[in-house]
Amino acid sequence: MSERTVELEVLRYNPETDGEPHFQRYSVTCREEWVVLDALNHIKETVDPTLSYRWSCHMAVCGSCGMMIDGEPKLACKTFLRDYPGVIRVEPLAHFPVERDLVTVIDDFIAKLTRVKPYLIPKEEKPVAAGEYRQTPAQLKRYKQFTLCINCMLCYAACPEYGIIPKFLGPAAISLAHRWNQDSRDGGRAQRQEEIAATEGVWECSFTGACSEVCPEHVDPAAALQQVKIKSTVDWYLAHTMPWLNK
Amino acid sequence: METITSDIAIIGAGGAGLRAAIALAQADPRLRIALISKVYPMRSHTCAAEGGAAGVIKGDDSLEQHFNDTVGGGDWLCDQDAVDYLVQEAPKELLQLEHWGCPWSRELDGSVAVRPFGGMKIQRTWFAADKTGFHLLHTLFQTSLQFSSIERYDEYYATDLLVDEGRCCGLTAIEMRSGQMRQFRARAVIIAGGGAGRMFPFTTNGAIKTGDGMALAYRAGVPLKDMEFVQYHPTGLPSTGTLLTEACRGEGGVLLNKHGRRFLQDYGMGPETPIGKPVLKTMELGPRDRLSQAFWHEQKKGNMVTTQWGDAMLLDMRHLGEQKINERLPLVRDMSISYMGVDPVRDPVPVRPVVHYMMGGIHTDIRAATPLAGLYAAGECACVSINGANRLGSNSLTELLVFGRRAALSAMEYLASDPGRGNSQAIDAQAEAARARVRALFQKSGGESIAGLRKEMMHTLEQHAGIYRSGEGLSEACATLAALRRRYANIELHDKTNVYNTDLLQALELGSMLDCAEAVAVSALERRESRGAHQRLDFTERDDARYLKHSLASFQGAAAPRVDYSDVVITKSQPGVRDYSGGHA
Amino acid sequence: MAEQVTRKPYVREVPRMLWFLRHPRYMRYMAREFSCLFIGAYTLMLVVGLKRLAEGPDAWAGFLAALGSPGAIVFHLFALAFSAYHSITWFRLTPKAMPVQIGDTFVADRVISGAHYAGWALVSLVVLWLAGAF
Ligand SMILES: Cc1cc2nc3c(=O)[nH]c(=O)nc-3n(C[C@H](O)[C@H](O)[C@H](O)COP(=O)(O)OP(=O)(O)OC[C@H]3O[C@@H](n4cnc5c(N)ncnc54)[C@H](O)[C@@H]3O)c2cc1C
Ligand code: SF4
Ligand code: FES
Repeated sequence: MSERTVELEVLRYNPETDGEPHFQRYSVTCREEWVVLDALNHIKETVDPTLSYRWSCHMAVCGSCGMMIDGEPKLACKTFLRDYPGVIRVEPLAHFPVERDLVTVIDDFIAKLTRVKPYLIPKEEKPVAAGEYRQTPAQLKRYKQFTLCINCMLCYAACPEYGIIPKFLGPAAISLAHRWNQDSRDGGRAQRQEEIAATEGVWECSFTGACSEVCPEHVDPAAALQQVKIKSTVDWYLAHTMPWLNK
Repeated sequence: METITSDIAIIGAGGAGLRAAIALAQADPRLRIALISKVYPMRSHTCAAEGGAAGVIKGDDSLEQHFNDTVGGGDWLCDQDAVDYLVQEAPKELLQLEHWGCPWSRELDGSVAVRPFGGMKIQRTWFAADKTGFHLLHTLFQTSLQFSSIERYDEYYATDLLVDEGRCCGLTAIEMRSGQMRQFRARAVIIAGGGAGRMFPFTTNGAIKTGDGMALAYRAGVPLKDMEFVQYHPTGLPSTGTLLTEACRGEGGVLLNKHGRRFLQDYGMGPETPIGKPVLKTMELGPRDRLSQAFWHEQKKGNMVTTQWGDAMLLDMRHLGEQKINERLPLVRDMSISYMGVDPVRDPVPVRPVVHYMMGGIHTDIRAATPLAGLYAAGECACVSINGANRLGSNSLTELLVFGRRAALSAMEYLASDPGRGNSQAIDAQAEAARARVRALFQKSGGESIAGLRKEMMHTLEQHAGIYRSGEGLSEACATLAALRRRYANIELHDKTNVYNTDLLQALELGSMLDCAEAVAVSALERRESRGAHQRLDFTERDDARYLKHSLASFQGAAAPRVDYSDVVITKSQPGVRDYSGGHA
Repeated sequence: MAEQVTRKPYVREVPRMLWFLRHPRYMRYMAREFSCLFIGAYTLMLVVGLKRLAEGPDAWAGFLAALGSPGAIVFHLFALAFSAYHSITWFRLTPKAMPVQIGDTFVADRVISGAHYAGWALVSLVVLWLAGAF
């Protein structure tokens, strides 16, 4: 069993005792196959019980453990120590306020998610007793990828626009709105447009593409945003050049 | 202390808690609902469920067959009236999820698709690729966002129930971001706190599954039922305990020992079925308890492959082909590669049994009501019991929907009887006492470490309350756990600050786990028979005359719990032989 | 530590001006955006050319002569390089913005980008043909 001493440099911040964050170095013996989260757990158990961070599933599905690892937004439970030969720098997710150590304040994301109405607004009402809405595998495929978002917010930490303009709705919230818009059962697009087609919605996006590069679930939020832009543009032209289409 | 008043408080925002909250919000928009969870709802462990949710939908199936599979799978320890209710409500609930937009996998004609699952004689497991729980949880969470009457308290850790005049009147919880204790006053409380797999060292359960919900009810005087039944899932990755869903076998994966033999045929689950043509309720599609037990025997015989993480069997899925694996089991492939370095398309994946699910839990009746007035429970933390001595895969996602909703309806009926809110001063005093108890932890300097005690607890359970148990081992476990509970009084916090103090939370979680662990060990010691997931080396037979009964462990403070028994509800299926040998029992 | 409210979330400042220096992927993005300056400049030049054409044959001849100067040639080389870079980066992104689904599969990214390249080549040929190159 191969072991290795790993140096981690972890951002620490305790609002009760610290004016501002500082880095703390830990040197721990780790197993070769460990992920960064295992190393943090090892630190918490054996070296420093005061270190705070979020985690639960250890299988990249609960979305809790997003952090900056050597400057990149990553899931700590899916980032292998073996890929980092030197000192590993661990910081809380960028662009979010730091509550304590690696724990960030994510109220902003939750509020934005709520605003985009991320639920089915049925195209046609149908009682449950009448059975399922039919949806072919092809129709499922049309939106499936955008359902895979685990709300880890790595994309927000990568997005330069969100860093500068915090009002930007951001990649995940818009992708989720798009997920519902693309669902054959849904008829709520018009209701969602108000939020997502606004200036602080999709038009804040300059298509850096960083969100898609860091997304651990291959949701490809950048794609969702560009698709929303194209659709909104088409809407606009139709409304302005063919007014008779407006009811 | 800040007091938050609502009509109904729900502890836990996983599948069960969210389902209950939505049912309440829909039934009466005027109800004020407090949804309290120690993690953001979408972090709840329901997200980890992979395989699917069982519900009768196809023409070749019937409620009766789902009933029979469930009752037989549970080794006749299920309450049959509850199972009846479950199988009846299951299709409605799964369809309701569909109407809320759950991306169920589909047939070509657009109807929902079903897949085979262990112990089920007919294909009836609805699935969303291999991320069923994830989609179910996110669908529920996102759907809940449309109801403004659901007030969420995310990252609040519930510490105590408030009970007055024999009624549950609320709870206390720590707001984690500030470290402040809050008092929640409610006319009824629903506990949906999830399982307790973290008592064991090697588990598929996430960090949050520490049995808090069970401990809350237990300490408030509600018995824990059938706690001795702990499910091992046969196929976990030996490195991390990460689960490879039963759907791997449902889709046709097979289990091999180191000689390449499909050894399940040697343990009453044969005859061998052709590769790539799985037969329901046979060989690899036998129930989880039997498979895990077979592993144990093979391991004793030295037939297992050795890995750096210990003995393992091989899960071979190569014959499924890359396309099918990518389409149906993408997560399985991803995790095998990431955490084991094995690509199931090319090589068999080493796996071993891993602690997965608590069949036992808070004693509830078919209405999801506990014996304490005003207190309801649903989901993995509750024991209705529809799982009996062994849960069938894909029944628990269904259970949390069906009984999550049922808990909500029962709580509403209870509110209609106008139960009142109890004596305010007396409740205040209790809340204050709860706060003082937590603050007292900050003062302690007994030197016991949280991680140290936790390790000893895990080790004890793994050694003595695992797949096979003995009276001697269990006695030892009971003694050790009692000692650990005593030593718990001397734990020392290293972190004495308020904001997001995870040292404190881990201390409280350890307290919950120790209480649950003792209930497991004591109940297991008392059950002198082998049934389902509870296998005794010293009592190898099922003993219906004495133990066709639910165990009920009651909290006795510092002393060990008292174990009583209650009758199993049997309506139409008399205990019989569990047959997984290719015949169609 | 007494039980009291001590929350004080810390906000890390983000540089507003030179933010793109924070990460190579931001710099790549800036390069893509920067490259469009040359496309703009080239368009401006075409407009000037039009104006000269309208001013009469002399002005037009002067314009053509100016195009032959070493400076103009260097400018053209740059403009060509940058507009090629710009087009390639955008074509690479087109499959994201315009996915095409046939049945239950999406048309491969290569095919969509490829179609754009083909369109590009076609338009170029037409332009060359109009210019009398063939
Ligand atoms: C890896 C894995 C795969 C599975 N696959 C399947 C499957 O395919 N099919 C199937 O039917 N079942 C499956 N199961 C089982 C099933 O997923 C769980 O039993 C079920 O999701 C439990 O849901 P729940 O709502 O009861 O609890 P959880 O989803 O665990 O939620 C518990 C909630 O309680 C809250 N909570 C706990 N303690 C406190 C506290 N002290 N204060 C405040 N809040 C608290 C948590 O924050 C959380 O919100 C699987 C389980 C695992 C682990
Ligand atoms: S889009 Fe991807 S990166 Fe963004 S929150 Fe969702 S899963 Fe995370
Ligand atoms: S711990 Fe759940 S995503 Fe990392």
